[in-house]
Amino acid sequence: MLRLPPCEARFPTSIAEAVELKAKYGPEASYVAGGTDLYPNMKRRQQTPYHLIDVRRIPQLDRLEVDADGGLIIGAGVTLTRLIRDGRVAAGWPVLGQAAATISTPILRNMGTVGGNLLIDTRCNYYDQSYEWRKAIDFCMKKDGEICWVAPSSPRCWAVQSSDLVPVMVALGAEVILVGPEGTRTIPAQALYHNDGIEYLTKKRDELLVSLRVPAMGTAKATYQKLRRRGAFDFPVLGVAAWIRPNGGGTVADARVVIGAVGSYPIVSEAAAEALVGHALEDDTIDAAARAAAKPAKPLDNTDFTIGWRKDMVAVYVRRALAALR
Amino acid sequence: MTSEPIQITKRPRKIRGTFLVNGEEHDVTYPSHKTLLEVLREELALTGTKHGCELGECGTCTVLIDGEPILSCLALAQAYENTPIETVEGMADGSDLHPLQEAFVEMGAAQCGYCTPGVLLAAKALLEDRPAADRQDIKDALAGNLCRCTGYIKIYEAIELAAARMRGEQAEPAREAFYGR
Repeated sequence: MLRLPPCEARFPTSIAEAVELKAKYGPEASYVAGGTDLYPNMKRRQQTPYHLIDVRRIPQLDRLEVDADGGLIIGAGVTLTRLIRDGRVAAGWPVLGQAAATISTPILRNMGTVGGNLLIDTRCNYYDQSYEWRKAIDFCMKKDGEICWVAPSSPRCWAVQSSDLVPVMVALGAEVILVGPEGTRTIPAQALYHNDGIEYLTKKRDELLVSLRVPAMGTAKATYQKLRRRGAFDFPVLGVAAWIRPNGGGTVADARVVIGAVGSYPIVSEAAAEALVGHALEDDTIDAAARAAAKPAKPLDNTDFTIGWRKDMVAVYVRRALAALR
Repeated sequence: MTSEPIQITKRPRKIRGTFLVNGEEHDVTYPSHKTLLEVLREELALTGTKHGCELGECGTCTVLIDGEPILSCLALAQAYENTPIETVEGMADGSDLHPLQEAFVEMGAAQCGYCTPGVLLAAKALLEDRPAADRQDIKDALAGNLCRCTGYIKIYEAIELAAARMRGEQAEPAREAFYGR
């Protein structure tokens, strides 16, 4: 049986109390909300914090509201199910529900939270295995070892950014609010991520992700296209988020194309955006943007499907995403 | 070779708490690192809730909290103290089976039966929310419950039969469900 290592939970009811506990116990502690990412990792001994700081009883993390500027405030503790079912979200930011509904399974979405999905651990076929499995081939550098089994001569870890909401939040220009012992920071969602499988977040150790702010869509449209083997359960093997703001004349005024699950961080394709801006969403324009977006995607042999096919699919999925925004 | 990592730095500690399962109150002294699944099965002997993958990939450990299904294998028991919990044992009313259980028996919707507790509870949550759920709603709601006997058709038919009866309709299993066309 897979059991959790010894651990004990605390249930702070304020952000200050949670941050204080985290700062007190440091590396021995972890924040947790739904637990759907942390607990499997703990059972596999990828993370073994003793002190669990369960943040679900903090009212500020449970907010889901539209602010005075028409932006959507999502508390980090809002469950994925609640995000999907919320009428205001469905009306104003339909892409959020569309993407969240592809995450895992309905039961896990009842537990998993928006904040948890944004901070989800990077994944790899050589890392997401039981302790015994990892020990048998010798541990990899992401946990307990020194080598990267995907690219043995690599000095870095190539574990994959595997959240469905991350590319969407980056494409929508969302901001995240972090509270730590040194105060509050608001940064663009994109700045939360770092191109490294181990140090994949720029969040400081004791900082708590409190909420997100997603700007109003206005005239913009967005979509998310996900590649995976099964229609449920599976993490993305590729996720494409596209956001387009048209101008009055039927051409693209502004665009963001973000590719998930083909690197350790969400890849923002500036080249794809350049190919789109100033043009109408004709087949040729879409094709040029799709080819540009596929270039920086460097899938490695550490998730499902073959590498070459996954690379090919980047252009296909970008094309589909952009076609859906016509 | 890398040296063997030290895995356990702290020893398990027992704590005391109250669990409200199927309307019954249980005072339990249990190790703080136990999952809700482990407390139900090992401390309360409620073995209807099954151990499956234990990583959130199968759904057989499903229980209901506030009528919504969650996975007890990924729930730290401590977080669910003093919270009403419904397990498969709570579905029947005395010796009267729940209409879903009745329909599963009639339709032979359980093969090995290992996924059945989770499937029953996920279906119950669906039908309470959407009494007129159609086949697609059922498939969507059960997307997190794997049946490795792959007996999904019988499961869907049984849920549809139960749903009809729960809506007050006089429903019987279709003849072809048993004998083919």
